[in-house]
Amino acid sequence: MTLLAVSGLAKRFGGNAVLAGIDLDIEKGERIAVLGASGSGKSTLLRCLNFLEIPDAGSIALDGKLVGRGERELVQVRQRVGMVFQQFNLFPHMTALGNVMEGLCTVRRLARPEAQARAERELARVGLADKTAHYPAHLSGGQKQRVAIARALAMDPELLLFDEPTSALDPELVGEVLGVIRALAEEGRTMLLVTHELGFAYHVATRVIFLADGAIHEQGTPDEVLKHPKRERTQAFLARHKEFSL
Amino acid sequence: MAYQWDFTPVFANADLLAQGLVNTLKVTGTALACGLALGLVLALLRLSRLRLAAWPAGLIIEVFRTTPPLVQLFWFFFALPLIAGIEMTPFLAAAVTFSIQSSAFFAEVFRAGIVSIERGQWEGARAIGMTHGQALRRIVLPQAVKRMIPAFMERAIELMKTTTLVATISYADLLFAANEIAQKTFRPLETLTVAALIYFVVITAFSLFARRLERRLAVSGESTVH
Repeated sequence: MTLLAVSGLAKRFGGNAVLAGIDLDIEKGERIAVLGASGSGKSTLLRCLNFLEIPDAGSIALDGKLVGRGERELVQVRQRVGMVFQQFNLFPHMTALGNVMEGLCTVRRLARPEAQARAERELARVGLADKTAHYPAHLSGGQKQRVAIARALAMDPELLLFDEPTSALDPELVGEVLGVIRALAEEGRTMLLVTHELGFAYHVATRVIFLADGAIHEQGTPDEVLKHPKRERTQAFLARHKEFSL
Repeated sequence: MAYQWDFTPVFANADLLAQGLVNTLKVTGTALACGLALGLVLALLRLSRLRLAAWPAGLIIEVFRTTPPLVQLFWFFFALPLIAGIEMTPFLAAAVTFSIQSSAFFAEVFRAGIVSIERGQWEGARAIGMTHGQALRRIVLPQAVKRMIPAFMERAIELMKTTTLVATISYADLLFAANEIAQKTFRPLETLTVAALIYFVVITAFSLFARRLERRLAVSGESTVH
């Protein structure tokens, strides 16, 4: 069943067409890895899906219902389409627990004890039960990103967007974050993941999309796209990425 | 012949000075509280994407930032009754003038503070479904206010000293009281020195309090540095 239906999505910044007509149907339970060179429009695509960027053209339907542009509607959609950022974007003036509770209290209007219990569960799920009272400044990059994932999960999103979730991390911290994402994949969550971790994409994704010049250049199963790419630009991109791998 | 300092006439009129200090604090306190509230409103209007809101707010801010406070005080106390028939007591005229005047400065402090917050904070808030207002109130302002404390403090000190202009509309603030005592006792040096000392003590106490507050707040919220 189609959860999110994207059609003719376009976005320009100034004279620069970053997205030039994207058609994409995301089925429930799908895990889509989005690959592409920098500037190919990966992040912009993701940010259009939860309307952090307002698309210039095209339509997005969530659960068959077309999404409009009013704040009330966008606020509803963003609760159902969670996002995890490359730079975490945690709230520095709140503890880990406060960060996760914030959406529950302010947006969902849950009573504090209820919100706290829920937030503690989410933090435990990402392995941070012992860090609830820590402020972001006192957490490692990997821990921060796990708090950010817990914050997104607390809203019970039907679709999770990951925008290069490990790109800002020191290499030794990447594993703990990918481990959490993999666990979410195993639960059957629907997710869209922009990443440079090709190995992770290969093992976790159900579909791989290769973007070039703001359009879907090639897509298919991980095996098709990552092992047997048909198009030249996909092949060149993968070759560049494999150049230094062992 | 050396000048013979004599503070006894000053102390004999301590009650007048005390009343003056109370009046100074009343005007300063009112102007601070109203100026902060109005300043936030002006800042939000000025940051608004609606030209119709941003433009008038900008005009008010610029007019009150760039004209002499003494003239502003005269407008409210002397000109307004003539033009609009609105009579104000000296206290009210002083409170209104300095509230609006300080709101113009506070608005710029608020605006600078708000725009200094990284875009990622807005996005983090919106990504969990917050409205613009919720993001502002829960995420952006609490962080911005922390950064604004030094500028607020500076402005509050400036304000307390600027309120001495109320003497020109016969409002009996601390400096006005000191002048009265000086004329009555022929001891201007002693009286004005004591008055200055009182300003020094009150403002220093306020600064120390503000600095401690700043330090305490700094403990919890470091930066968003990754």
